[in-house]
Amino acid sequence: MNAEMIYGLITGMFFGFLLQKARVVRYDKQIAALRFQDMTIIKFMMSAIIVGMVGIHFFEMFGLVSLLFKPVVLSENIGGGILFGLGWGLLGYCPGTQGGALGEGRWDSLWGILGMIVGAGLYAETYPFLVENVLGWENLGYLTLPQLIGVNRWLVIIVFVTGILAMFRWFEKKGL
Amino acid sequence: MELNRKDEGAWSPYVAGGLSGLVIIVSVLWTGKFFGASTSFVRSVGMLGKSFDPERVAQLEYFIRYLPKFDWQLLFVVGIFVGSLLAALTSDSFKWQGVPDMWAERFGTNPALRGIVAFIGGIVAMYGARLAGGCPSGHGLSGIIQLAASGLIAMVFFFVGGIIMTRLIYHGGNR
Repeated sequence: MNAEMIYGLITGMFFGFLLQKARVVRYDKQIAALRFQDMTIIKFMMSAIIVGMVGIHFFEMFGLVSLLFKPVVLSENIGGGILFGLGWGLLGYCPGTQGGALGEGRWDSLWGILGMIVGAGLYAETYPFLVENVLGWENLGYLTLPQLIGVNRWLVIIVFVTGILAMFRWFEKKGL
Repeated sequence: MELNRKDEGAWSPYVAGGLSGLVIIVSVLWTGKFFGASTSFVRSVGMLGKSFDPERVAQLEYFIRYLPKFDWQLLFVVGIFVGSLLAALTSDSFKWQGVPDMWAERFGTNPALRGIVAFIGGIVAMYGARLAGGCPSGHGLSGIIQLAASGLIAMVFFFVGGIIMTRLIYHGGNR
């Protein structure tokens, strides 16, 4: 095990600890969000996003971190996105967090992990076909929201954070 | 139905989520790594495949792009399991359960039915995640944090797909 792998393990342990503490790895919580009954996972995710967003862009201004994200390819982002969602609705766990579900004893996540390993193999097998027929359609390149709108990124961040906080307020008012 | 029954010791999702945001910042500052998970399943199946049919794995282009080996992200995914296990054991919230409560209320307590559906769901979800270029960790957390348009688009459609499926299978259910 090299240093990078140990850092990965430690980072994952902190994240897994927090995920379990907030109870967001469970099937009931994930599906309850998709059924608009309990927005715990959205609260968790959006809180992580707004804190991370401010921090990452702050340090990026000083060149302390470099951004690394995927280009917009509409066929892939939309097609794959919907497909993922359909599978997620059946499974009720995510690729990253289902290990956490197993960690708190929800062993049906083992079936999901197995399915995901099979799904990844299936993807590798069909990859040449996808390259020919699906991948790369409507490739718009490495786009960020500030670039799309044509404004300073901090304006986008302020609007985004404000919008999320308003959403939180609404969740609490509705008891979601 | 009562979802929030007996959940003593649960942390506020705002607090735990915000702390996770700090973990992300430290991780990117420290190692340059953004969160992600679905690539690990590609590397895992590549490693498993190598022990059965190494020639086939060597032929597949996708395993040249994502080499079948342990890396930061795979250990990150393993770490999530370990961290959750520690949190559950130290707070007495570990529960050995093969059929989730909400599932049982709608579809009964047969673990085989739950297992089959979870397995199929896993296949579809991972195929979709690889096609989309990431999962709710990579596209959702990391992508949106960076204000990447791809992350936001993918995340919206993760939810569109998820809402459609839960509507279908819980239709007329126990609201």
